[in-house]
Amino acid sequence: MSITTTAASAIRMPPASEAHLVLEGLTLRYGARVAVARTDLTIPRHRVTAIIGPSGVGKSTLLRALNRLHELVPGAGVEGRVLLDGDDIYGPEVDPILLRRRVGMVFQQPNPLATRSIAQNVTIGLELVGAPRRERMMAVEWALRRAALWDEVRDRLDQPATSLSGGQQQRLCIARALAVRPEVILMDEPASALDPIATARIEDLIAELAREFTIVIVTHNMQQAARVADFTVFMTQNEDGAGHVVEAGPTREIFTAPRDRRTEDYITGRVG
Amino acid sequence: MDFFTETFRPVTIGARGGAGGVLHAIVGSALIVGAALLLATPVGILAGIYLAEFRGGAAATVIRFCTDVLSAVPSIVVGVTAYVLIVQRTRQFSGLAGSIALAALMVPIITRTTEEMLQLVPQTVREAASALGAPRWWATLTVVLPMAMGGVVTGVLLAMARAAGETAPLLVTVLGNNQLTVDLFGPMQALPLLAYRYTEQPFQILNEQAWGAALILVLLVLGTNVAVRVLTRRRTRP
Repeated sequence: MSITTTAASAIRMPPASEAHLVLEGLTLRYGARVAVARTDLTIPRHRVTAIIGPSGVGKSTLLRALNRLHELVPGAGVEGRVLLDGDDIYGPEVDPILLRRRVGMVFQQPNPLATRSIAQNVTIGLELVGAPRRERMMAVEWALRRAALWDEVRDRLDQPATSLSGGQQQRLCIARALAVRPEVILMDEPASALDPIATARIEDLIAELAREFTIVIVTHNMQQAARVADFTVFMTQNEDGAGHVVEAGPTREIFTAPRDRRTEDYITGRVG
Repeated sequence: MDFFTETFRPVTIGARGGAGGVLHAIVGSALIVGAALLLATPVGILAGIYLAEFRGGAAATVIRFCTDVLSAVPSIVVGVTAYVLIVQRTRQFSGLAGSIALAALMVPIITRTTEEMLQLVPQTVREAASALGAPRWWATLTVVLPMAMGGVVTGVLLAMARAAGETAPLLVTVLGNNQLTVDLFGPMQALPLLAYRYTEQPFQILNEQAWGAALILVLLVLGTNVAVRVLTRRRTRP
């Protein structure tokens, strides 16, 4: 699967053999407004891919198209294809509900379920698929350990999730996404509501998780992208206000030797 | 004490002994309102869920409009409608006819409170459930509804308090009964109905009992509102 766009020179994505997700001519709309214009991207397996760019260029919209959350917005439209291991997730036979179990998501604001305990928050996805109690109990420790939260909550799994701090709640949300053992985890500015220490913990965690999962992270914070991402995608708006990808490639190249002028302006802080 | 344990006793001039009580009205009110609650709660909550979770559709707009109209209809109109549709057809005044009339008054209150409470649940919660691969109905029932439960219960209690004090719909459906009865398919007595009938009587003792029945109703409404306050306060505390 070769990547060909008009700005091909600035798009340097990994070889197709490493592809986990491939976006082909993906256009996303809200009603008549184009939020993201024709996008071609390859997202490599078991790597961290960051999407950066100014506010309102459709980073989150693009992310939410990857687990078909975008289409839940009234008036949302999708054109093009998104291949997950070669199969189009927008294909007619694909159940979006099953897809979302393969492609998990962590949101900007920690959103644990307030009426449930810490353990119940982790197992909610498994409850959904009718997993037996024993399996759910095992998943609690498995997921909380991977989310680097186990040691802090092991003695109070029955307490309400809201008793945790913001950073802990976000790691709980990561554990909740992990518990259903997805292949891909989408993160929409997962640390923007957190303090620097909690942010650092989340970033360490992301690096750790990339061994087992493919991670796509949207972030406003360029330093964060530089720290955690193997690949970086820079988006901006064209004259009609539609978001599109300007440049993509290995993070180090994007930050040290950007090929597109707009990327350079953004990462050096001249715009955005 | 007889007031709570006795039923109607014919007033005879110079009679000795107790003056009777309103037990039959307390039992009647409890049964009629209870049955109305059983009818109205599921309908009201389901309609509220529909309105909150499927906001945009034409059906939702129509239902919301009908609910608003229904909540503004004078209760006597609901009573007369129940009289024509139920009492006339079955040729029988009955507690159940009264329950159905009261339920019609309760449904709009429960529906709108449920809708408003569900709307207060942040959208991020629904997204969290969707992102885990939860179907809409599952997310609504197991995630969204529990978070709004305090408010929904409040709506049900307020609707109950409103219905317990209604007189007009009962006049033409339940009729009234001086005996203690638990038969919802026959005429019954209810507190507001008793209060209304007894104030028309030329006997002082019955007038006093009417005041007593009115006091019970006031205390019931007061108690319900206090219960609602306590419930909502506990809910809003993080």
